[in-house]
Amino acid sequence: MSETLRNFANTYLMWNEGPLIWGSDVLILLTIIGIVGVLTYFKKWRWLWDEWLTTVDHKRIGIMYLIAALLMLFRGGVDAELLRTQLAIPGNHFLDAAHYDQIFTTHGTIMILFMAMPFIFALFNIVVPLQIGARDVAFPYLNAVSFWLFFFGALLFNISFVFGGSPDAGWVSYPPLSELGFDPGPGENYYLLGIQISGIGSIATGINFLATILKMRAPGMSLMRMPLFTWSVLGACIMIIFAFPALTVALALLLLDRVAGTHFFTMLHGGNPAMFVNLFWIWGHPEVYIVVLPAFGVFSEVVATFARKRIFGYASMVSSLILISVISYFVWVHHFFTMGAGPDVNTFFAIASMAVGIPTGVKVFNWLFTMWRGRIRLSLPMMWTLAFIPTFAIGGATGVMLAVAPADYQYHNSYFLIAHFHQTLIGGVVFGMLAGMYYWWPKMFGFKLDERLGRWAFWFFNIGFYICFMPQYALGLMGMQRRMYVYPADMGWNTLNLVSTIGAYLMGIGFLFIVAQVVYSIRHGERDLTGDPWDGRTLEWSLPSPAPHYNFAVIPVVTDRDMWWILKREGREEELMPRPEEVKDIHMPKNSGVPFLMGVCFFVGGFGVVFNWWWLAVAGLAGVLLSLLSRSFQYEEEYSLPAEKVIETEISLGRL
Amino acid sequence: MSAGHKSLLLVVGAAAALFLSGCSPNYLVLNPAGPVGREEMHLIVLSTVLVLAVVIPVFVLLAFIVWRYRDRPGNPAAYRPEWSESRILEIVWWGIPIIIVGVLGFYTAKTTFALTEPPESSTQPLTIQVTSLNWKWLFQYPGQGVATVNYCEIPVGVPVQFELTADSPMNSFWVPQLGGQEYAMPGMAMRLWLQADKPGTYYGHGANFTGEGFAHMGFNVVAVSQKDFDQWVSKAKSTGQALTEAGYQQLKKPGVMGTATYSSYPPGLFHDTVWTNGGRYDPKMAGMGGTDGRAGMMPKGAASMPGTGAPK
Ligand code: HEM
Ligand SMILES: [Cu+2]
Ligand SMILES: [Cu+2]
Repeated sequence: MSETLRNFANTYLMWNEGPLIWGSDVLILLTIIGIVGVLTYFKKWRWLWDEWLTTVDHKRIGIMYLIAALLMLFRGGVDAELLRTQLAIPGNHFLDAAHYDQIFTTHGTIMILFMAMPFIFALFNIVVPLQIGARDVAFPYLNAVSFWLFFFGALLFNISFVFGGSPDAGWVSYPPLSELGFDPGPGENYYLLGIQISGIGSIATGINFLATILKMRAPGMSLMRMPLFTWSVLGACIMIIFAFPALTVALALLLLDRVAGTHFFTMLHGGNPAMFVNLFWIWGHPEVYIVVLPAFGVFSEVVATFARKRIFGYASMVSSLILISVISYFVWVHHFFTMGAGPDVNTFFAIASMAVGIPTGVKVFNWLFTMWRGRIRLSLPMMWTLAFIPTFAIGGATGVMLAVAPADYQYHNSYFLIAHFHQTLIGGVVFGMLAGMYYWWPKMFGFKLDERLGRWAFWFFNIGFYICFMPQYALGLMGMQRRMYVYPADMGWNTLNLVSTIGAYLMGIGFLFIVAQVVYSIRHGERDLTGDPWDGRTLEWSLPSPAPHYNFAVIPVVTDRDMWWILKREGREEELMPRPEEVKDIHMPKNSGVPFLMGVCFFVGGFGVVFNWWWLAVAGLAGVLLSLLSRSFQYEEEYSLPAEKVIETEISLGRL
Repeated sequence: MSAGHKSLLLVVGAAAALFLSGCSPNYLVLNPAGPVGREEMHLIVLSTVLVLAVVIPVFVLLAFIVWRYRDRPGNPAAYRPEWSESRILEIVWWGIPIIIVGVLGFYTAKTTFALTEPPESSTQPLTIQVTSLNWKWLFQYPGQGVATVNYCEIPVGVPVQFELTADSPMNSFWVPQLGGQEYAMPGMAMRLWLQADKPGTYYGHGANFTGEGFAHMGFNVVAVSQKDFDQWVSKAKSTGQALTEAGYQQLKKPGVMGTATYSSYPPGLFHDTVWTNGGRYDPKMAGMGGTDGRAGMMPKGAASMPGTGAPK
């Protein structure tokens, strides 16, 4: 009996691996006990279920995405600190090879798929319906399904750490390294299923917001009157719809190789690993633009608001967004110039890759000239936007350098590449998402985040960023490869690695300041009573903070691009206030527990596949089918909010 | 572009290159020891200079604008909240990047095609067949009949054609001072031309992650004069032990090791490795073996196709 128990503990709970695992197990257990305890003590279970787990309200779903993204930023950040600690000195014994490999794999996967993606989805949800004058997204129920698929996909990926073992073939997970022959553990299955499940959710989100933006805009909001954030979401959604299926296929085929013994990606029996590499990057390159476009959208909103000026060259901004979305489908080979595709292919993809730099550069100049002749206020959203410009300029420049195919023969797989993509992903996506978070935080929660703590976070994070990643360009030119858990001491790499690690710690401190800032501001943050704390320009700022459940008591008629700003300048704000005679009954979607349960079933099924426990997989799948079926028999998905109720709410908000 | 501008560019480029490479020999990529690495470095310098033409204005503009248009009381700078279009400005910043990409694209195309050819055509090239194993590098010299692990000797001034494959997960073969890397993939034979101009020991390492022992997949490329190279070959032939089929199976087992030298190896080993790892499913692979000129390399049943060297 104790033998079986020990066996189980060692195989699945990995207790033979020592204190790191034990500590995490204890921490996770304590966290769970803590959460359950608090919910029970304050009798909040009902509230949790009614208000959050079953919600179909885009604003609440957005907030849940945001919380998940911040948690994953923390997890991915801890991974990063562990990696950098290991690399601080040559020949370090802090982590062994196996752990280092797992950690860089989970770090990369989590940062891209479970941090950047939910972060952009958080802003999609919180902002888009409010910006276009809609009451919700096109398919609120599907929106909830998307969220729970993301959530349980991420959960499945994360439990690999304490149950069965983490994936260790890199976030790109190239076969044959990721095939059974070289990687028998369950970690790679976790990777495949975790991403697959959340990926289905992402495709649904893409479709949902495309439909929302195309069909749900308030009357008068033509495409060319749309705020640039909404434009960027439109671009990102189109890219999601075209790119994610490639990932779905790649993951599914690799999973078949692993669990069903097919040979899609082994050279034996006529398969080809290069097919995986192609499919992966056909998704992977657009993916980096999927996450950065919404950041561009945020910067456009923030720059105009905090420079108190119209965005410069709106038409150029829109066309560059579209150009970026289109061109970035024709550049994927730049991730493997050195795989022998031949000079003609490499030349094509090299020039296409450089070409993406053109519209991107144009955007930078347009942001700069939006500030020209403006009045710049240095609040937190604007600070992150200003910090983004030089960071992204360097990241973009080194991107163009990487696109020079023959030169990439020297940068590829080196720290030069690591420095480049962190510069764009952190300088672009993370800065952008933080700017957006600070900007729309009052809209979500009704209070501002504390400026003073935010400035500490800003400076720690930014200075740390340069100290961490600038040396890595040099390390790349010194010949240091990525994914090395130890490196020789006689190559002249030691000092720069140490410096880089110090930078990573500074960024970590920056993150802690953000946590402190959030905690402090919940109590002490400046309350937003006007609904328009930044003197905004777009529709969402005409609403109270937080916006009522139905968003707009009366759907506005849009007459201009920066309508709210113009109305304010002309003293016509009244036009966006509801008049009682115009308020009608509002149809709102009903809450539903099915999306949550469907996520649970996906989780259970995925878990079964990870360990090849087919009975469990079948049970999970059956649950998924049942949840789908139950939706078909749900005839009343909406309820009606009577006009009197709406008027009552509006009066209590002081708008009537 | 006027001559003045050109020379200015050159000066800036040279200064940048000097600044970076001059400060330390540790910058392997910027201290190339052969024509391939040098070509690549020229492109690196050129592209650095060209992108700086955008980056520097961005920095200057940003600093200036934020300073001038800060929202502070009594700021005398103009405030035009509706000013948001300028045809001329937009043409400038659509145009300049297009020109830059044009120039860079032209040189990229030129070099990309040039680097598929051997660096120096007057000398008879040397072929070395490289196999990435878990976690070590095996070098075979089809012309000399010797083999090594985790180091290889090459003659100075002779173009070397590395034929790359893997009997393990995909790796990438990189010797920064000689030139850029190329993937080594199971079931395929890839080709990479490198050449050393001066004697020296050059650091090389696998660049694509292959699992636990990956960090230990370093090797040295030792460039010596032709005479020393010939001597080294004969010494290897007389003092090394033979790599047998069984010995190769031993090498294949996952593990890390130091260097080794073999006086001979099983004939056709490289080709068989490619073949059994899936090369036999690739019609292009049938022509392999032409480069080393060894009879009897083709395994039984293989169709012999005319053609030189590796596919792709
Ligand atoms: C505190 C900030 C961060 C630090 C210090 C950091 C550090 C690192 C380190 C040390 C590695 C492993 C390098 C190697 O051994 O090859 C790595 C890899 C990676 N990072 Fe980060 N990182 C940070 C933030 C991010 C963010 C925000 C993203 C994405 C949005 C990201 C995406 C990646 C990816 C995709 C990889 C590659 C993983 C792989 O090789 O499979 N990182 N990072
Ligand atoms: Cu890319
Ligand atoms: Cu190949």
